[in-house]
Amino acid sequence: MSDTRIYLDNAATTKTDPRVVAAMEPFFTETYGNPNSLHTEGRAAHSALENARERVRASLNAERPDEVLFTSGGTESDNAALIGLMTAGGRTSGHLIVSAFEHHAILEPAEWLAKHGFDVSLVKPDTDGVVSVAALEKLLRDDTVLVSIMHGNNELGTVQPIAELAAAAHGRGALFHSDAAQTLGKLDIDVQALGVDAMSFSGHKFYGPKGVGVLYLKKGLRFAPYLMGGGQEFRKRSGTQNVPGAQGFATALELMDADRVSETIRLTALRDRLEAAAVARLENVYVNGANVSRMPHITSLIVKGVEGEAMLLHLDAKGIAVSTGSACSSGSLTASHVLLAIDCPQEIAHGSLRLSMGRFTTEAEIDYFVDSLVPIVERLRSMSPVYDKMFGAQSA
Amino acid sequence: MYSDKVMDHFNNPRNVGVIADADGVGEVGNPVCGDIMKITIKVADDTVSDIKFQTLGCGAAIATSSVITEMARGMSIEDAVGITKARIAEELDGLPPAKMHCSILAADGLKAAVDDYLVKNGREPISGGPEHSDDDEHEVTCATPIIL
Repeated sequence: MSDTRIYLDNAATTKTDPRVVAAMEPFFTETYGNPNSLHTEGRAAHSALENARERVRASLNAERPDEVLFTSGGTESDNAALIGLMTAGGRTSGHLIVSAFEHHAILEPAEWLAKHGFDVSLVKPDTDGVVSVAALEKLLRDDTVLVSIMHGNNELGTVQPIAELAAAAHGRGALFHSDAAQTLGKLDIDVQALGVDAMSFSGHKFYGPKGVGVLYLKKGLRFAPYLMGGGQEFRKRSGTQNVPGAQGFATALELMDADRVSETIRLTALRDRLEAAAVARLENVYVNGANVSRMPHITSLIVKGVEGEAMLLHLDAKGIAVSTGSACSSGSLTASHVLLAIDCPQEIAHGSLRLSMGRFTTEAEIDYFVDSLVPIVERLRSMSPVYDKMFGAQSA
Repeated sequence: MYSDKVMDHFNNPRNVGVIADADGVGEVGNPVCGDIMKITIKVADDTVSDIKFQTLGCGAAIATSSVITEMARGMSIEDAVGITKARIAEELDGLPPAKMHCSILAADGLKAAVDDYLVKNGREPISGGPEHSDDDEHEVTCATPIIL
């Protein structure tokens, strides 16, 4: 194992920015009160919590602070949105549409709802990794209660036309939720301009702490609380609030907002450099979603004729952390549902690599990554009994 | 997740390649599941005198192929076809449960190579066919030998 680590897995999680850690620290040992207590300690904690909420509200351009609910993370926000909106008011049936390449934090509760009396449809993205309004419109029905389509796909980086999709859902009387765990901070999110009814966010995807998320829930919607107890978070999410986490979330978001334009330019250049070099130096490599709108920091490479986990392990030994959508990495038998949803054939989906850059990624690291990847791929292809037969004669 | 021994065989695989004038060839696996393995053997006095492998697959697939070449070299063909997935996993100080199928693939590749040698020499195959997995779904999708 190499001593210097190159972390190209920022879509999985990020390093907490030291400035965020510093902003959180007083709320562990100094302002440690329960924000629901009436005494001085409680009031101080309450004020810190509401300060964080207001900063997040301002960034999202939510209309009111009580539309910003602090949760334990993206998974909880997604679960709560789907189950809370679908079962609101004691509803026991109705139609839900989610896209086929959602995170499992959406797909699993959707499946749970399907087993509990609700009708669920999957809207398929196109082969570039984009869900079209036309595809959604074909599935919308009079009894559609909710549509949930992610903002940025975690594996492909492709960005969905949320404003248009939300308008289409509203046109048929349905609510619209979007999982924006991957995009908050990276894209400019204005919940009112997007027209969403609910949106999920996760702190640790943008240099904030793990264990804190936000569910934006537009005022006036019927919602069945997913966590029940003391009635915190405007009776929508019980449980003593994570005050340091909320402060960390707000600070991390402000840091993203402060230099989003320059970071977008820098990360896009790194991404383009990586993709151009990988495609130029290796045969039979292509980039998913290359022709559509993508987040600046995610590259989804298909390296034909190589299994993803083998690349991941060799890269790790060279000090580089990446992800793969290969079956073998997950213990399941099929390649990633995201790649299958965009009709990537299984036999090449096993050769997927997801590289996700971040605040601390440098150009030298990208060059080192490509310099490391090339011999690894060549070696693994030379060990394959079928590479020449399957891919030898064709070009990328 | 992987033992040091798995990582050693993955990083420094033994006996990679193809024996040009092989006496037996076994090719198993399936590109849909992502693992394909080819084992070539030389046989002298019904003993595996040389063995090489090529594998397309994950870390465990490469490690199990590599370790089975070390285990089988010098073995009688009868003993070689008796190598089980459990023996391979044991030799590697264990495999994660989800990766046990990789050891089945290695065992099946060797069995196929031995049977191929026997059939080419007008004899009856002795392996009894692929080892059965506890995981039926995987057996169907991924351990089915294919011709490419």
